[in-house]
Amino acid sequence: MTTIKTKPSDLDRPTSGSDVGLPVRRSFFRRLTFAAGGVAAALASVPIIGYFFRTPEPTTLPWIDLGPISGFRKGETRLVTFDNPLRQPWDGVTAHTGVFVRNEGAIAQNGAQFLVLAINCAHLGCPVTWFPESGLFMCPCHGGVYYADGERASGPPPRGLFQCIWRISGGRLQIQAPRFPTLQDTLKDEPKSA
Amino acid sequence: MTSWLSKIGDWFDARLSFRGSLLPILKHPIPKGAAGPMGWWYVFGSASLTLLLLQILTGIALALVYVPSADRAYDSLLYLNYDQPLGWFLRSLHYYAGSGMVVMVLAHMTQVFLQGAYKYPRELTWLTGVFLLLCTLGMFFTGQVLRWDPDAYWGLAVGGAMAGRVPGVGPQLVHLVFGGPIIGGAALSRFFALHVFIIPGALLLLLGVHLWLILTRGVSVPPVPGQLVDPKTYDAAYEKEVHDKGVPFLGDAMLKDAFVSAIAVAVVVVIAAIVGPKGPSGPPDPTMGGANPRPEWPFLWLFALLSLSPPSWETFIMLVFPLMLIAVLLAVPLVSNRGERAPSRRPVAVLGVVVIYTLLGILTYEGTASPWSPKMNAWSGDPIPEHLLLKTPPMELMGAAVFQNKSCRNCHAIDGIGGRRGPDLTSVASRLTRDQLIDQISNGTPGGGNMPAYGKEMNPGEMATLVAFLSRLRPDGEPPAQQPTHDEPPKHEPPVQAVAGRRPLATAPRP
Ligand code: FES
Repeated sequence: MTTIKTKPSDLDRPTSGSDVGLPVRRSFFRRLTFAAGGVAAALASVPIIGYFFRTPEPTTLPWIDLGPISGFRKGETRLVTFDNPLRQPWDGVTAHTGVFVRNEGAIAQNGAQFLVLAINCAHLGCPVTWFPESGLFMCPCHGGVYYADGERASGPPPRGLFQCIWRISGGRLQIQAPRFPTLQDTLKDEPKSA
Repeated sequence: MTSWLSKIGDWFDARLSFRGSLLPILKHPIPKGAAGPMGWWYVFGSASLTLLLLQILTGIALALVYVPSADRAYDSLLYLNYDQPLGWFLRSLHYYAGSGMVVMVLAHMTQVFLQGAYKYPRELTWLTGVFLLLCTLGMFFTGQVLRWDPDAYWGLAVGGAMAGRVPGVGPQLVHLVFGGPIIGGAALSRFFALHVFIIPGALLLLLGVHLWLILTRGVSVPPVPGQLVDPKTYDAAYEKEVHDKGVPFLGDAMLKDAFVSAIAVAVVVVIAAIVGPKGPSGPPDPTMGGANPRPEWPFLWLFALLSLSPPSWETFIMLVFPLMLIAVLLAVPLVSNRGERAPSRRPVAVLGVVVIYTLLGILTYEGTASPWSPKMNAWSGDPIPEHLLLKTPPMELMGAAVFQNKSCRNCHAIDGIGGRRGPDLTSVASRLTRDQLIDQISNGTPGGGNMPAYGKEMNPGEMATLVAFLSRLRPDGEPPAQQPTHDEPPKHEPPVQAVAGRRPLATAPRP
């Protein structure tokens, strides 16, 4: 009669899974290594990826002072330039931006009625120029044209010029700091917190 | 002396084992035909590689001086151009070697396509090649941003506006690309990182794979009409060809590559020295008027395509069409990886290449001319030719002034001078009657087409003088346009409907 001799380690071998054939201790260590690797990778990559894909965005937009309302003559459209407070300290001249302001005249209750238009064409963001003689805004890129009230006149833009939110405070015209406007993110929306 | 040197050589080789590793790679056998006269077709890839090395070298050199900060970048470019010895030349060389690289990559790709070298077993080589092309173009775009002049700034704006059209995540995407709510320092830093780390990293990685595939899959045999690629028999046949008749790459083939690379480098160096650096055209002040951004030349065709297509196709052309083009390029070896390789037996492939390059050429030309852009300074800068104003009565002269003042010149040329968005008006009076002119000027193109309605912006006096002036514009001896008879239906929509009824319109002024 032959006795079947089993080596003790054979009894420890798992019989299924990817660890087939490995001693239990070693297969445990193998799994532990995978787990440790996973944890290490997550610990390192979550903040790194977060850093790449999250950028600070103001939840409330600061107000910019454009000067006393008496400085805007009725019916006149003027490019008003300022440094955008949404800038970073090292933005230099690129933080310098402008809006077209038009005093549309007084309406009954709330005093002067202003129209504040972004400089960016509603088509693809190029800078529009105001031609006072013809009362038109023209865009150099693809020939978009807008009327004095910012409505689309001709060319490819799918809508009128973007309008900034304005208010009058202490007899001065103020606008909400304009971010780069696009078709889905017009200046009249609240900024979406990322 | 020589034995002394070779002893040093041996010492190093015992440690680096160049002779055992690098030399066999350089000497890898290639088909005999590829080393003969047909080998001249095979030189574009290595020329691209040589120009890439030049780009790395000049890029590093420029990075020693360039400041990737929004408030300093422009100054550092001027410093490079005027103060840093030979800075102007390196900037110029970096630009023209980059252009040369695009040209060489395209030539390489065209050759591989025409000679069917992408077929089995080199499908992956083609796929990595397509991504290498995308990296090269990506380097071109990001490089233009680093020039940090109005073109760069507004180029970013256009790119951002395009990204902003992506359904759903558009705004988040714009924010991600700019690194903030406005275009500024964060955007420049991002594009700097893309231009010097991210895209070059991807490019070098892909290039490694591409070269590895060339070594392991071998260089294709010059195509022979009638010799079909069949994946079942190809490997054995190629093996036999290369083993029996193959020659080492280090030799005639490499000599051709080196010769063409040398010519390519010499050409870009000469062009760079003659033409000089590109830009910067001015400080990137967003409020400065007169900016008229144009994309770099490899993208002009897309700019033209976009401008020439109807607005309703635009978002598709911006967002989907480029992806489709890439998909088509990627699909090439997957769709046809066997069969005939010789261009003489693949007329469709040859025709395709001819058609594509013709289209690209025409669109690029259109992009350079961009007749759809108003000429923003034509109202003051392009006067009406004097001979048209000789012996003109005062009323018509006034009209000419109105024509100039109302910036009609920005879109309409006279005698070929002025904008080209609208038709040239040199002989408009032989096409349109007085009433038609008034209607056209008041209401613009019906439905908000290409001409704005001037109805509100012109008083009757201005309209009268302008029309009087325009009515004179016809060639000598040609009769004026015929007055439509009264019972004829009006040619244009009734004025009120012209711009969806929102614009009050001046009807014919009665002077
Ligand atoms: S960006 Fe203004 S018309 Fe296209």
